[in-house]
Amino acid sequence: MAQSSRGADGLVSIPALLQRNAAQFGTKPAYREKEYGIWQSWTWAEAEQEIEALALGLLKLGVDKGDFIAIIGRNRPYFYWSMVAAQSVGAIPVPVYQDSASDEMAYVLDHCGARFAIVQDQEQVDKIIDIQDQLHQFEHMIYVDPRGLRKYDHGKLHQFSDVQAQGREAKDTLMAELKARREALDYDSTCVMLYTSGTTGKPKGVVLSNRNIIEASKSSSEFDHLTRNEEVLAYLPMAWVGDFIFSIGQAYWCGFCVNCPESPDTMQVDLREIGPTYYFAPPRVFEGQLTNVMIRMEDASRMKQWLFHTFMAHARKVGPAILDGKSVSGWDRLKYRLGGLLVYGPLKDTLGFGRVRVGYTAGEAIGPEIFDFYRSLGINLKQLYGQTEASVFITLQPDGEVYSDTVGVAAPGVELRIAESGEVFYRGDGVFEEYYKNAESTASTKDAEGWVATGDAGFIDEATGHLKIIDRAKDVGKMADGSLFAPKYVENKLKFYPNILEAVVFGNQRDECTAFINIDLNAVGNWAERNNIGYASYQELAGHPRVLETVKEHVEEVNRSLAEDPMLAHCQVHRFLVLHKELDADDGEMTRTRKVRRGVISEKFEELLVALYDGSEEKFTTTEVTYEDGRKGSISATLKIVEAKVVPVETQKVAAE
Amino acid sequence: MLDQIEGYTTEDGRKIGGVVMEMKNITLRFGGVVAIQDISFDVREGEIRAIIGPNGAGKSSMLNVISGFYNPQEGEVWYKGEKRPQMKPYQVAQQGIARTFQNIALFEGMSVLDNVMTGRIRQMKSGLFAQALWKGKAEREEVENRAFVERIIDFLEIQHIRKTPVGRLPYGLKKRVELARALAAEPSILLLDEPMAGMNVEEKEDMSRFVLDVNDEFGTTIVLIEHDMGVVMDLSDRVVVMDYGKKIGDGTPDEVRSNQAVIDAYLGVAHD
Repeated sequence: MAQSSRGADGLVSIPALLQRNAAQFGTKPAYREKEYGIWQSWTWAEAEQEIEALALGLLKLGVDKGDFIAIIGRNRPYFYWSMVAAQSVGAIPVPVYQDSASDEMAYVLDHCGARFAIVQDQEQVDKIIDIQDQLHQFEHMIYVDPRGLRKYDHGKLHQFSDVQAQGREAKDTLMAELKARREALDYDSTCVMLYTSGTTGKPKGVVLSNRNIIEASKSSSEFDHLTRNEEVLAYLPMAWVGDFIFSIGQAYWCGFCVNCPESPDTMQVDLREIGPTYYFAPPRVFEGQLTNVMIRMEDASRMKQWLFHTFMAHARKVGPAILDGKSVSGWDRLKYRLGGLLVYGPLKDTLGFGRVRVGYTAGEAIGPEIFDFYRSLGINLKQLYGQTEASVFITLQPDGEVYSDTVGVAAPGVELRIAESGEVFYRGDGVFEEYYKNAESTASTKDAEGWVATGDAGFIDEATGHLKIIDRAKDVGKMADGSLFAPKYVENKLKFYPNILEAVVFGNQRDECTAFINIDLNAVGNWAERNNIGYASYQELAGHPRVLETVKEHVEEVNRSLAEDPMLAHCQVHRFLVLHKELDADDGEMTRTRKVRRGVISEKFEELLVALYDGSEEKFTTTEVTYEDGRKGSISATLKIVEAKVVPVETQKVAAE
Repeated sequence: MLDQIEGYTTEDGRKIGGVVMEMKNITLRFGGVVAIQDISFDVREGEIRAIIGPNGAGKSSMLNVISGFYNPQEGEVWYKGEKRPQMKPYQVAQQGIARTFQNIALFEGMSVLDNVMTGRIRQMKSGLFAQALWKGKAEREEVENRAFVERIIDFLEIQHIRKTPVGRLPYGLKKRVELARALAAEPSILLLDEPMAGMNVEEKEDMSRFVLDVNDEFGTTIVLIEHDMGVVMDLSDRVVVMDYGKKIGDGTPDEVRSNQAVIDAYLGVAHD
């Protein structure tokens, strides 16, 4: 496929798409944000003016072409405007996770050499002031929320609205320059730089061009027939490629409205009020919502419980088939419609999914029960597989071809190849330009022909033609007897239980598999409450004998299901312990996108890992923890090592040999 | 004596004005028990003034005198340059003095929003009849007051519990709702009775930040009672120390810290 050097009608940059949208449907809402309890909205024409004012203000502050501008905040229109304003003046926006600790932020800002940062509030301003000495190029900071900042030295610190006001004032003198810079943007100029969270090593800056973003947005929008009438709720981190594609790429390409929640904690209420038509969430959000529904149903009246369970059973039976347009008997259809009136409709409305036309989940495997629950309600939830390096889309599930254990077919314009090692490769228009200032990694990831290594092992399922992902290629190992060790696969099975939040399975080069487990405080805490089990802390609950008993049952169930699969029967978990603290990104145990860092965990909890294999029954341990403000403390506990029953696999092994 | 000294600017750039309230030789007795004995101190406009002391020192009684809940047997309260006559608490509230309670006193069955709205009662001028019909002035007032309350909800970051009944909230959040209700009254002096009691470290930090922000953002004068010495020393401009109903120290945190009587009261003295 020949790469198009120009997009359709000169639409080769996000600012160009903004101008088209403002000209063609300027009165349609582009952004909404709930503030002071009311949804405030900005039309495309208003958004264009806001962005223009900010862009002029940035020119006035001295932003040069090619400068990097760090953007640090939660999903608010101001930060989306900041990204587009940065692009308009030829600068490159670099969204940064706002919950990053100072040193993580220092690394990113230093690596890209940002001269400017646009940040949310005092918290972020303080963080950058802390690290400013390490950043030689850094100059100006712009903040949105002035609270608590009045006393700060405003020499190099500016309020967002002031920058805009100065931009408006200087419009006559600077407009020509802004126009020139905007028009100089082409399909090859950098659209955004996003840092990958990295399960190992330092973050890498992925450079994505306008071609990458616009082509990926265009083809994926066509794939799902997205229109300018979609509504999305922007609540996932702005530094994550998915949010950039959904809330900027696709939103500007299609011209749909991006809604920003009032605060991170009000997401559920805001979701319900907006009723998005296009929705994305990682599996843990769907899991959390399902857990909440189940907890609330336990407290409902008998009549309601009966209704819920009866109709949910029916929905599980015929719901997915109806959604896929397969034939279902007239009686079942009628019953399903009645269920829609009594249960599914109100439930979908409560969840905020009343209007969802296209929903996606990705990032991790989703439990089949969870996936089926949502699909049986008639929500068109699908899976996709993507990466920052691919501008998200590698594979997608088409409507009517949805399975809980595949990630779909190659996205439009993407070619797939499975290497002999089992690693998945792809190429297409969305493929990133390079890792910034890291030619070595670029070369080892992307070859001369444009094929990119995903780092994931997978295969094409023969029955469906869909891609199936097994595990991170580097995590797949061998056990001491040479059989396959796929930790993620086992962890996912464990995590499908609402009581288990995280699991880390060990067993590479060893005789037996063992696991660290994190309980889900929400689910287990609720269970404890209903069973009159008192606890004072997470730690105490995690060590409660009855909790251990429940987790043991879950592990044994997983073992039984693993035993049925000859390839993975050896991965049964022989021993486990329930960790006394939640694995946390602040302690470096997880990435900001909540993927476990195996290396860090096995080093940090080395003595516990040893205890799992040396036959101890319990182990005393002290662990350092980092509080939200960056201070360190430590917690200690005596953890029980629990033996779980495994299904003997000797016979199968002999047969296999 | 009032306004003898002009205001000054603190190290971190906050403007502290002249004396806005002065307690003169206050003595409060319950029968034979002397809760407060001949205490005098002043409060300057815009400052954060702490009252500290061991249990039973008379701190809460002092706050109750300021809020008009107790009338002292002896002594005078001067407010904005005038001697205050004996007053009922609601009259004190009308003068612009709002408070929170050590043991939370919210309407448990009502939502957070409704609780905070009750703080606006002073700003509601329309009659009972108009309010019942919710027409004209009553409606306008409600809209204005709701808008004001929403700013406070935003300020204290309690949007997510706006519609939640207070009874369902954890302790730390209830404390924040109480602060919200007090702020809704747009007080010129805010009295906080142990705002951090029973909180964990993170909640205390949040609350401290809110107290500082309230002071900074609205210029509200704050008088607070607190047990946590760390918090008091960080937050306050000046500290009054009480022990057994008497004032044993008064000054900046540093002065108070090095005051021998205060050290004795807190750490105990060996009697030999």
